[in-house]
Amino acid sequence: MKPNLILHVVSKFLIPLIIVFALYVQFHGDFGPGGGFQAGVIFSAAIILYALVFGLDAAEKIIPSHVLRILASFGLLLYAGVGVVTLLLGANYLDYSVLGSTQIAGQHLGILLVELGVGITVAAVMLILYFAFAGRGRT
Amino acid sequence: MENNISLLLVAVPLIAAPVVAVLPRGRLPWAVTLVVTFLCALFASMQLYGVLSGGLISYELGGWAPPWGIEYRIDAVNAFVALIVAGIAAVTLPYALLSVEQEIPEEQIPLFYSAMLLCLTGLLGITQTGDIFNVFVFLEISSLSSYALISLGRKRQALTSAYQYLIMGTVGATFFLIGVGLIYSQTGTLNMQDLAVRLPEVAHFKTVNTGFAFIMIGIALKLALFPLHLWLPNAYTYAPSVVTVFLAATATKVALYVMLRVLFTIFPDSFLLAAHARELFIVAGIASIIIASVYAIYQEDVKRLLAYSSVAQIGYMAMGIGFASATGVTAALIHLFNHSLMKGALFMAVGAIIYRIGACRMRDIHGLGRAMPWTFGAIVIGGLSLIGVPGTAGFISKWYLVAAALEQEAWISVAVILFGSLLAVVYVGKLIEALYFKPVTESGKSVTEAPLMLLAPTWVLVFANIYFGLDTELTVGVAEKAAAILGVVNP
Repeated sequence: MKPNLILHVVSKFLIPLIIVFALYVQFHGDFGPGGGFQAGVIFSAAIILYALVFGLDAAEKIIPSHVLRILASFGLLLYAGVGVVTLLLGANYLDYSVLGSTQIAGQHLGILLVELGVGITVAAVMLILYFAFAGRGRT
Repeated sequence: MENNISLLLVAVPLIAAPVVAVLPRGRLPWAVTLVVTFLCALFASMQLYGVLSGGLISYELGGWAPPWGIEYRIDAVNAFVALIVAGIAAVTLPYALLSVEQEIPEEQIPLFYSAMLLCLTGLLGITQTGDIFNVFVFLEISSLSSYALISLGRKRQALTSAYQYLIMGTVGATFFLIGVGLIYSQTGTLNMQDLAVRLPEVAHFKTVNTGFAFIMIGIALKLALFPLHLWLPNAYTYAPSVVTVFLAATATKVALYVMLRVLFTIFPDSFLLAAHARELFIVAGIASIIIASVYAIYQEDVKRLLAYSSVAQIGYMAMGIGFASATGVTAALIHLFNHSLMKGALFMAVGAIIYRIGACRMRDIHGLGRAMPWTFGAIVIGGLSLIGVPGTAGFISKWYLVAAALEQEAWISVAVILFGSLLAVVYVGKLIEALYFKPVTESGKSVTEAPLMLLAPTWVLVFANIYFGLDTELTVGVAEKAAAILGVVNP
């Protein structure tokens, strides 16, 4: 791919901002608009921009496909695992109240972990989809 | 612990699915899936036992009280269907090992089992939940994973048939969701019990009627009720053998359960009785029995023959709903159970033939019945059950269906049920003729009996066909109880 100076500079400037915004949406999701799904999509957009500008191989060096597969599974496990922990603590599945010292602290921690799981899985799956389509026809 | 069984039934396969996806290649993914399905079958039988002895189970997810939170609400109806789904999964998995190793590329096997577990999660979730929006979510989980499973078939047509199912299935799910949205706009609730209380007050609104229509069409698409069945024959024909066995025995059954719930628990009875919905069910049932059975007779591919026969069998269940009587719904539920057993056994036997010769067109299987006597025996008994010969499970369901029709003096329906059995004699006969009475082809001479790993699960289902044809305490007893819970009475 022919390097394009403007694209390279602008995207190098934008990518950190996109990732920071993704993290903001992720961790502010329990107080304001946002949450794991949106954050995951925004995060993957940063990597996809990188892949578009610097090429697929460079992007796969940052996050290889087998890592993505593990991350996609890990996110779901984190979500379901929070439910198992609440079960083991004697409450109903996904009843976060028992996770903290007070009910509010528990609910807060629970939703944070669950949304983190959603975010990781969504970001990983979006990238898997992108790599699958963009990688078609390559050997 | 005991309270958590209903939840674990859904949560265990859900947790196992991502674990299996990252396991190394080899037989470990299969082994984990096997253990999970056995656990699910155990949980499902404990749950049915608990419901039959203790009554209702209600589980509040996240500790939020219904109708605001999601509630798993289990009575005899869903415990019965959950047991069918989990039981079939547990019988299918031992069968899966060899068949999957042959049909699926090695690097995809962990993902294949992961998708199987997700499909199981979705189907079990639909049966467990008492929240209609939650039904939609689980419906999508099971559907999306089954599209992926079907597309893994060896022929290239598997991709187009999976795509066709994807489009039809998504239209169905969307219609269901639109309907749910419409009734939510009028009642402000998604909990099934709460909807049942609130819907009669607003039943005269056009919005609710429209919502009812959307939901019915949506589920009918998933159920493959004639004339919305077009996705089914392709999907069943080109899917890998194991997937065909599992989906044919469970997916449409769960859709039928949702249909029963919506008609009898959620909406007031007046919707089924007044809006000509009853007649529609009976007409659709009659049409699918006759048309799909005739189609089945002319099929060249054995899997496609059985798929069309499935469409016909769905017609019997629709007819049972259409009678809107306790006997009719009992018959539909019994047939739901028995049809899982017969189609499970038949598709497994056909899968064993595919395992040996790699194809299942009529001309490929000539004379194979003599080389594969056990497989052939399974097809004969499964076929007899499909026809409804006394002493097999199929007889019991047809018996109750005819009884329901006689109760209402619906002579045309009685004639159609009997005529449908005659058509089944023709297509099962055609299968048996090809397998036993035609001369063996050149390539068929070296064929030997299928391995025990495929035969044993097949024969478990074959024996179940005979057992439930003789001892009807479980099927009829539970189905009658379930019909009573759904609140249908003989008019």
